Amino acid sequence: MTPPLPAAPEYVEPAPEWGRLDPRMIVVRPLNELVGLLLPLFALVFVGDVNLVRTLFGAGTVAFVVLYGLLSWLTTKYRITDTQVELHKGVLFRQRLAIPRDRIRTVDLTAKLGHRLFGLTAVRVGTGKQERGGGEGVALDAVTAAEADRLRQVFLHRRAGAPEDGAGGTAENTADDGAPIAALSGSWYRYAPLSLSGLIGVGASVGFLMNLANELDLEFSEFGVLRSVYTWFAESGPGTIVPVTAVATVVLAALASLLGYLLQNHRYRLTRQADRTLRVRRGLLTTRSVSIEEDRLRGVDVHEPLLLRAGRGARLSAVTTGLGRMSGSALLLPPAPRAEAHRVAVEVLGERVDVPLRPHPPRALVRRLVRAVAPAVAVAVVLLGLALLVDWPHWPWVVAVFLVPVAALVGYDRYRGLGHALTERYLVSRSGSLDRSTVALRRTGIVGWKISRTLFQRRAGVLTITAVTAAGSGGYRVLDVGEAQGLALADAAVPDLLAQFLEHRAPES
Amino acid sequence: MSETTSGAGPRLRAPVNLVSRRAIGHWALRAGLGWLVVLLAQAVPVVLAAGAPTWLRVTLLVSALVAVAHVVVMPRWRYRVHRWETTPDAVFTRGGWVNQEWRLAPVSRIQTVDTARGPLQQLLGLATVTVTTASAQGPVTIEGLDAEVAARIVDELTATTQATPGDAT
Repeated sequence: MTPPLPAAPEYVEPAPEWGRLDPRMIVVRPLNELVGLLLPLFALVFVGDVNLVRTLFGAGTVAFVVLYGLLSWLTTKYRITDTQVELHKGVLFRQRLAIPRDRIRTVDLTAKLGHRLFGLTAVRVGTGKQERGGGEGVALDAVTAAEADRLRQVFLHRRAGAPEDGAGGTAENTADDGAPIAALSGSWYRYAPLSLSGLIGVGASVGFLMNLANELDLEFSEFGVLRSVYTWFAESGPGTIVPVTAVATVVLAALASLLGYLLQNHRYRLTRQADRTLRVRRGLLTTRSVSIEEDRLRGVDVHEPLLLRAGRGARLSAVTTGLGRMSGSALLLPPAPRAEAHRVAVEVLGERVDVPLRPHPPRALVRRLVRAVAPAVAVAVVLLGLALLVDWPHWPWVVAVFLVPVAALVGYDRYRGLGHALTERYLVSRSGSLDRSTVALRRTGIVGWKISRTLFQRRAGVLTITAVTAAGSGGYRVLDVGEAQGLALADAAVPDLLAQFLEHRAPES
Repeated sequence: MSETTSGAGPRLRAPVNLVSRRAIGHWALRAGLGWLVVLLAQAVPVVLAAGAPTWLRVTLLVSALVAVAHVVVMPRWRYRVHRWETTPDAVFTRGGWVNQEWRLAPVSRIQTVDTARGPLQQLLGLATVTVTTASAQGPVTIEGLDAEVAARIVDELTATTQATPGDAT
C-alpha cells in the first residue's frame, strides 16, 4: 500500500522577471552600425583635404551612434510569462509590445557579423497577423546564442514539449539538430549567376561609388588605374567600348552573385525539428535561422525567374503567416536544381504539387499578347514621332521596333506558363514569365474568394480568381481562367462555399 | 450587365440585394466634388490671369466634358452592378462598374464587422459595412447601404460569427 503520491508541482516557466538584452549589445549595436558607415566615414575624414569640420563631424557621428546604443540597451527590457511575451523599448518613443505566446508562428534568429564576434543573436517572433509595411513586431536584439536557442524552443514548444524540458534542461538540448530535408551542395553555385542580384549589386555599388566621389569632389583622374580606364574610354570607338563593357559587366555580375550566394547561403540546411517546425539555417557572415510552425505552413511558392528556368533551376519559399516579406526570410531553398526544389516541396507539404496543370483558354493568350505588345508598339510610335517632329536621333525607335517581337515572345511565354490544378489538399496556380512562380496553397487555408472581371475580361469570357488567405502575400491569383473552368475550380477547392452562388444556365437579369 | 460568351457550365449569379437608391446620389456627389477640384485648378488661371495659354482652355473644356460624363454615367452604372447578399455561411458582394469584382467571405473566417459613415453618407442616411478576414487582401465592403439595413447586417453577422468556433485563420 503506497500513500497517494503528492501532486506533481505545477510546471512554471522560468520566473517571469524582466530581463535585459545582453550587456554586450552596448558595444555590438554601435559596432554593427559603424561597420555600415565605415566607408563613408573613412572617405569623409581622410579622403580629399583633411579639415577640422569634417573630422569633428565624423567623431560626432561615432559618439552619437555609441550613445544611442547605450540608451537603447538601458531602455529595453523583456519578459516571458506563461501566456505572453512582453517587450518594452524605445529611447524617444516608448513602446510596449505584448504578444500572446499561442499566436507565435515563426521564430527568426539572425546574427550579424558584430553579433557573432560576441556570440549573440537577435530573436524576432512572427504572429498570425499580416504585417504591412515591414513593421518589425517583437524583436529581441540581441541575447546570447544559447538564450536565443532556448527562446526558440520555449516559443514553439508550448503544446507538446513544455513540461518535460522545463527547468533549465533546454540550453543543453540544443544538440537537437532535427531530421535533415535538404542541405547545400557545392554544385548549386552554378545557379548563382542566373539571378539578377549580381547585376543589381554591381549597379548599386558603381552608383554608390560615383555618388560618393561626386559628393567628395574627387576627380577620377587622380587615381592611376581609373585614369588609364578613363583614357581608354576616351580613345576607343563605340565598336570596342560596347562589347568590352558588356563582357566586363557580365563577369563582374557573375562574381558578385557568386559572392552573394556564398554570403547568404553558406552552410544552408533545411531540417524538420522534433517540435514540428521547419528550420532553415544559412549564412556566412550574417547567420540566420528561421523556424516555421508546420501546422501553420499554408503552402510553398516555386520561383523560376527566366534565367534560372533556362538553367533548369528553381528557388522555393514558404507561404506562411508571421514572416516579413523582406530580405528573404520565407526562403526554404536557395536557387537549386528544379528537381531538388520539387523534392523539398514534397517533403515539406507531404504531397506532390508539381502535377500537370490545366492550361487556360486561348483568349488568355490573346490578352497576354496584347498586353505585352501594345506598350512596346506605343513606345516605338512615340519615339518615331519624336524623331520625325523634334529632331530626335533615329536609333531609339529602331531599337524599340526590335523590342516588339521580344515583347511578343514574353507574352507568349506568359501564356504558356498559365495553369492551375487541384490536388488532394492544395490549389496550384502558375503565372509569369520573367518571374514565373508556381504557388501551391493549402485549400483549408483559403479564407475567401475575390473574382474580378475587367471590361475586356468580360468580353473575352475569362476571369481572374484570387484565393484570399491569411498567409504570405494575402492572396494568390489564378489569372485569366475560363469562366466556367475558374468557377468550377473555386467551387471544388473549397466545397460548399461558392456553390450556393452559382447558377447553371439561366441568363442574368 | 453580363456579356458572357461561354455558354455551358456554371456561372456566377448576382447577389440578391440592391444597395440603397440614394447611393447613386452619394457616388455622384463624391465624384462631382473630386472633379470640382480639378476644374477649379484650371479655371482659376483661365479667368484671373490675362495671359493664360490656349491649351489650358482646351484641357479645361475636355475635363469638363469628361467630368459630366463620369458624374452622369458612373453612379447609374454602379447602381446596376453593386449588390450584396448574406447567407448563414457566407457574405457575397459585387462591386465596381467598368471593372467588376465579386467577393466572397465564409462567415467562419470573419474577424471583424464594422460600419463607417462619412460626412456625405451621414447627409444621405447611408453607411458602409466592412467585413474583414485574416487576410490583408480580404476585406469585403458593402457601400451605399441604407443606415438601418447596415445596422441589421452588422447585428446578424456579429451574432453568427460569435456562434462559430475557431480563430478564423
